[in-house]
Amino acid sequence: MTTTRTRARNQTELLDLLRQMMLIRRFEEKSAEMYARGRIAGFLHLYIGQEAVGVGATAAVRADDYIVSHYRDHGQALARGLEPGAIMAELFGRTTGVSKGRGGSMHLFDVSRRFMGGYAIVGGHLPLACGLGLACKQLHTGNIVLCFFGDGAVNQGEFHESLNLAAIWRLPVVFLCENNLYGMGTNVRRVSAEPDIWKRACAYNIPAEQVDGMDVLAVRDLVRKAVDHARGDKGAYFIEAVTYRFRGHSMADPELYRTKEEVQKWRENDPIVRFRRLLEERGALDEKRFQQMESEIEQIVEDAAAFAEQSPHPDVSTLYEHVYKE
Amino acid sequence: MAEIALREALRQTLREELQSDERVIIMGEDIGAYGGSYGVTRGLQEEFGEERVRDTPISESAVVGCGIGAAMGGLRPVVELMTINFSFLAFDQIINNASKLFYMSGGQINVPLVIRMASGGGAQLSAQHSHDLAGWYAHVPGLKVVVPSTPYDARGLLKTALRDQNPVIFIEHTALYGLKGEVPEEEYSVPFGQAQVYRPGDDVTIIGYSGSVHQAARAAETLAERGVDAEVINLRTLRPLDIDAIIQSAKKTGRVIVVEDDWRFGGFAAEIAALIQEKAFDYLDAPVARVCGADVPMPYAKPLETAALPSEDEIVRVALAMV
Ligand SMILES: Cc1ncc(C[n+]2csc(CCOP(=O)(O)OP(=O)(O)O)c2C)c(N)n1
Repeated sequence: MTTTRTRARNQTELLDLLRQMMLIRRFEEKSAEMYARGRIAGFLHLYIGQEAVGVGATAAVRADDYIVSHYRDHGQALARGLEPGAIMAELFGRTTGVSKGRGGSMHLFDVSRRFMGGYAIVGGHLPLACGLGLACKQLHTGNIVLCFFGDGAVNQGEFHESLNLAAIWRLPVVFLCENNLYGMGTNVRRVSAEPDIWKRACAYNIPAEQVDGMDVLAVRDLVRKAVDHARGDKGAYFIEAVTYRFRGHSMADPELYRTKEEVQKWRENDPIVRFRRLLEERGALDEKRFQQMESEIEQIVEDAAAFAEQSPHPDVSTLYEHVYKE
Repeated sequence: MAEIALREALRQTLREELQSDERVIIMGEDIGAYGGSYGVTRGLQEEFGEERVRDTPISESAVVGCGIGAAMGGLRPVVELMTINFSFLAFDQIINNASKLFYMSGGQINVPLVIRMASGGGAQLSAQHSHDLAGWYAHVPGLKVVVPSTPYDARGLLKTALRDQNPVIFIEHTALYGLKGEVPEEEYSVPFGQAQVYRPGDDVTIIGYSGSVHQAARAAETLAERGVDAEVINLRTLRPLDIDAIIQSAKKTGRVIVVEDDWRFGGFAAEIAALIQEKAFDYLDAPVARVCGADVPMPYAKPLETAALPSEDEIVRVALAMV
C-alpha cells in the first residue's frame, strides 16, 4: 500500500519535471514568435535545449531557498513557479510583468518566490549569491542559495573572488555553471585555460562535479547532494552541467560560429525527448497522457501571451517610481 | 557634549548600531585585528566578534557585491573600502547592482547598504590614493551620497545612512579623521538633503562639502578682514542635494563660488552652477565661479600636490574679484 502510494507520488513528481520542461520549451517558442511579431524587443535569450538544468536544479531546492540567475532566466523562472503570464508580460514590457516592465527579459524578479533576479553583467551576480548566503548563515534561516551562470562567467574576476569568499566563509551557496559550450559565439575551449570548468573550483577547495545537463534526473540528484552539503553547514558546492542551447545566443545571432551538424547532433540528445522516453519505458507515461499535457501547456502559453497582449503599458507618469525606497 | 575626533564619532555610531541591531554587520579589508586603515573600526571586532566585524580578502568587487546580497537577504551591512580609489574595482557592483536593483525589480528589492570610503588628497599619496569622486557617485540615480565635514555631521549622518533603505555612499575625507569637534553623547541623526549654513554672510556664497567646507570657512575669515562678508554652505549630502538652500543663498548674495577637490571638468561644481543659473539667474551679479582640483592625476611632490588642490588663497582671490 505504502509503496504504491510512494510510487504514485514519485510518478507525479517525474511527470511534473517533464511538464515543466515542456512548458519552458513551448513558452520559449512562443517568445520567439512574439519577438518576430515585434511584441518583444531588446535582447531575448532563449533557454531551449537547457531545460533539464533549470528544472532539475530547481526541483532540488526548497521553496524558501534563494535562486539567483543571469540574463538567460526564463527557464529557471518558470521552473520556480513564476506566473507564465506575468513573465510574458514582462517580456512585452507591460505593467503586469513580474518586474512591472522595468526589467524585461534579462531581469525577471519575484521576491515572493525568492527568485532574486536575472542579471545581465556576466559574472556580476555571483557576489550577490555570496551575500544572500551570508545572510542565510548569519540569520540562521537554514536556507541556501542556488546560483546559475554560464561558462562565459568563469573567466571574470568576480567569479574567482566569489568562489574564494564562499569558501573562506563557508557560505551555503550552490554554484551551478550551465556550460552550453559557447559564450555568445566563442567556444569555451578558445577562451578557457582549463575547459573542464568544474576543476576551477578545486583551486578554492570547493567540492565540484560535472553532470550531464541533458539528464534532468541526474541534475536533480546532484543538486540535491550539493544542497544537502550547503545546508549542512559544510559550505559551497560547485556543479558544471554540460548542456547545449539549440537556438542562437539571442534572437540577433546569425550562428556563424557552429555547424548545423553540430547542432543536429545535440538535438538528438534533446532532454525532453530523452526524459519522455524514459518515462514511457517505466510505464509512467503513454501517448494519450503526453498529448493531454501538451494541450494543457499550449493553453497556458496561449493564455500567457493573451494576458501580456491585453495588459497595459506602463504609464509614463510612473517613470520615476522605484528609484529610491522611502 | 564631548570634543571628539571625527573617526571616533564614526566609531560611536557604528558601535551603537552594532549594539542595537543584530542585523548590522561590518565588512572590510583589515578592519578587525588591524583596526582599519584609518582606525575607525578599532576595537569593534574584539567587542562584537569576527562574524559581525568581518575581515575580508582584498576583493573589493566581491565584498561590495556580498554586501548587496546580504542586504537583500535581510542583514544591514556596512562595507568599508580603504580608499575611494579602490571603489573603482567595485564600480560594477555599486552602479550595475546596488543603484539599479530597486528599479529593475519593479520596486521589489531595495538595498539598505552603507559603503564607507576614505577619500581626498593632501597626504602625498599621489595618483592612485588621492581622489575625490563624490561627484561621480552623485551622478547615479539610486545612490545617496554623503559627504560629512565635521564630527557632529559624521555621527549624525552615519546614523541616518544606517537607517536608510537605499544604498548610501559615505565619503570620509582622510584629512578630517583627526578633526575634533563637539558631539552629543546621546543618539541623534542629521537628515539627508539638508545643507547647513556653516557661516552666515551677505556678500558672497561659498559652497563646499567634506574637506572644502573648512577651506571655505578659513577663506571667509580672511575675507572678513578685507570687509567681505562670506556665507559658507556645508552641503552634507550631494544626493539628495539641498537645492533650496543653495538657491536661497545665491539669491541673497548674488555671488557664488563652489569649491571641491574633485577635477573641474565635468564635475559636481558644474552641476551646482547649472542649477543656480536655471533657478536664480536674475539674482546673479557675477558668473558662478568654481575652485576645483586641477585636471591632472594627483602628483606626489608637495608643491605640485598643493597646486593641484583648491586653496584658501584661491578662494579669497576669486571672491575678491567678484565683489
Ligand atoms: C561583463 C559583460 N561582458 C560582456 C557581456 C556581453 N555578453 C552578454 S552574454 C555574453 C556571453 C556569456 O556566455 P555564457 O556566460 O556562457 O552564458 P550563455 O549566454 O551561454 O548562457 C556576453 C559576452 C555582458 N553582458 N557582460
